[in-house]
Amino acid sequence: MEGHLNLTLKIWRQKNANVAGKFETYQVSGISTDMSFLEMIDVLNNRLIEEGDDPIAFDHDCREGICGMCSMYINGRPHGPNRGVTTCQLHMRSFQDGETITVEPWRASAFPVIKDLVVNRSAFDRIIAAGGFVSVNTGNAQDANNLPIPKEDADDAFAAAACIGCGACVAACKNASAMLFTSAKISQLALLPQGKVEAAKRAEAMVAQMDEEGFGACSNTGACEAECPKGISLENIARMNREFFSATFSSK
Amino acid sequence: MAWLAKSLNSSLGKKLLMAITGLFLISFLLIHCGLNATIFLNDGGVTFNEGAEFMAHNPIIRTMEIVLFGGLLLHIFDGLRLWFDNKKKRPVAYAVVDGAANSKWYSRSMGLLGTLLLLFLIIHLKHFWYFSRLTNNLTEAHTLYNEMQVVFESPIVVAIYVLGCISLGYHLLHGFQSAFQTIGWNHPKYTPTIKAIGAIYSIIIAAAFAAMPIAFYFNLIQ
Repeated sequence: MEGHLNLTLKIWRQKNANVAGKFETYQVSGISTDMSFLEMIDVLNNRLIEEGDDPIAFDHDCREGICGMCSMYINGRPHGPNRGVTTCQLHMRSFQDGETITVEPWRASAFPVIKDLVVNRSAFDRIIAAGGFVSVNTGNAQDANNLPIPKEDADDAFAAAACIGCGACVAACKNASAMLFTSAKISQLALLPQGKVEAAKRAEAMVAQMDEEGFGACSNTGACEAECPKGISLENIARMNREFFSATFSSK
Repeated sequence: MAWLAKSLNSSLGKKLLMAITGLFLISFLLIHCGLNATIFLNDGGVTFNEGAEFMAHNPIIRTMEIVLFGGLLLHIFDGLRLWFDNKKKRPVAYAVVDGAANSKWYSRSMGLLGTLLLLFLIIHLKHFWYFSRLTNNLTEAHTLYNEMQVVFESPIVVAIYVLGCISLGYHLLHGFQSAFQTIGWNHPKYTPTIKAIGAIYSIIIAAAFAAMPIAFYFNLIQ
């Protein structure tokens, strides 16, 4: 049943990457419990615009839970209190009337703040560009049945490929480590015959780029897996470790 | 060998060093605990002293003692390096962190637990390793067992040892299964078993070690 909430919002405001940010407190009232968290911010932004203030900058695209743009750290957790969802799929019914909600951007030296709650995640793009691809000759596509792939392998590869690159793993990790992301991207290719050819080179290049970007090391706390909106498994990190260390001894 | 140094200096390599040295220290703890547990035979330390005597003079054990110190130093050095490296990765801290929602406190506190263990270890080495290896105080009349009786007369020392054992228990509870994850052993077939063995191992080791000073202090063993 629909209800209405009065909330206190503490939201991180920061002009750009070069200046220090700070929290601003806003009161919002009459928020429908059926709204998504992003719609609640839309309501606040409309008011800020009407009042002649600078609206809160935040990333959003699909609002269907699959784009992963909404880099909001809500009450101490990426994407807020619910598991397996992005911020657009977090609804205001998950909050209590009168609650104070703290909203911060992802915090990592590798994810500099562009403005307010918007962070620059191009470090992820550079990790992909370092090796997250399969080199193929152009020409006609070969017959689909030329490459038999066991169902289990296809399922595992698909589960790894579900990663939307939102960065919640980095945000949740106490070391701001990108291992869950990188391992998912290494795994989705390493599990398939098309990806095996370049597996050693890929593991080395992507891990090197990940370190270069300034992400931390893994403490195996499992926070990334718990906060991942797509349920990417820690098994991928173990697989990346196997791929990387075997590449250490086998790559040319 | 530049390729190996490069690999071990990567974020994954540093973790591999932690895992391998950690598993080595885990194997040492089992021997250390097993040998010390002979005090519970309540034979006035006869079996324990025989064991200590063997460990002190066997050339293989003495060589392994050097390897052990090397492994321990590597574990400490690499752990501190990771701790300081990782701290730099989030220059602006979160105002609110709900860590309990997604992970165990001891998995997030390995650096702190390790530092407590290092402080404990300095005290512990001073008590027994320094006494037995670097001084001539060890005699027929005053055995290592007698020295344990003397050291554990102090309630403060007993309290420090018990706290050290609690830190060790939690450090192992995360470290044991974490080491296997780092070396790449994560599989539905054996990961549950590794986690179960890790938990049992951590509890038994911590409880058995903690029981030793307590038993001496309350004169439960002669």
